[in-house]
Amino acid sequence: MSEGIKKFLYVNRKAPHGTIYALEALEVVLIGAAFEQDVSLAFLDDGVFQLVKGWDTKELGSKNFAPTYMALGDYDVSKIYVEKESLEERGLSEDDLMELTYEDEDDDWAEKSSIHIVSREEMARLMAANDVILSF
Amino acid sequence: MAYDVNGTTVEHDEEGYITNLSDWTKELAEVIAKEENVDMTDEHWEVVNFLREYYDEYQIAPAIRVLVKAMKKKFGPEKGNNKYLYELFPYGPAKQACKIAGLPKPTGCV
Repeated sequence: MSEGIKKFLYVNRKAPHGTIYALEALEVVLIGAAFEQDVSLAFLDDGVFQLVKGWDTKELGSKNFAPTYMALGDYDVSKIYVEKESLEERGLSEDDLMELTYEDEDDDWAEKSSIHIVSREEMARLMAANDVILSF
Repeated sequence: MAYDVNGTTVEHDEEGYITNLSDWTKELAEVIAKEENVDMTDEHWEVVNFLREYYDEYQIAPAIRVLVKAMKKKFGPEKGNNKYLYELFPYGPAKQACKIAGLPKPTGCV
């Protein structure tokens, strides 16, 4: 790590709609990414619902910002960790999630998945390994 | 505060970004460009249309760094660079071009 770059982990724990947390977190991530920090995202508890594909917000009257997660790769945010236990507890699996990808500059711009499914134990280690943790 | 497009008024905020994104028309873009002292050429339209497509796909106006990278991918390095974009939009390609494209101010753009 070069000097001045810190490891930021944004922790998302809430469902996408009903509160402003998910959208605010996403905006903060995009703003933070512009400052070229080392950014990771974690999704656990009800936060895993944020990445479930096929949202329909018409009846809710709120903005469908699901497509914005697809832009994370453009912002060089390519480390997205989803907790396995949180998915299982909600009857979800990786197949229910949106496909989030990035292009690997060091591998001839090959398109790769940004999503990593991790256990609760690995998630704890991940949190310990970051300099700054922002929880939403 | 509002723009006047052939007699119709289109509301905008204190910085000139239109309030209702669906109010946008090509004629409105020309009006905003004039206020920004930008003379719209095909090259300007290419960027404006590109931004609108990006917004349509991702629901955000990209930050300048992301715009440069995406332009580079689509149009090649001669158009996907800061110098080219700043020559077209001297007061900041992301800010100025987004305003003309009828999009919100880019996230992370202060």
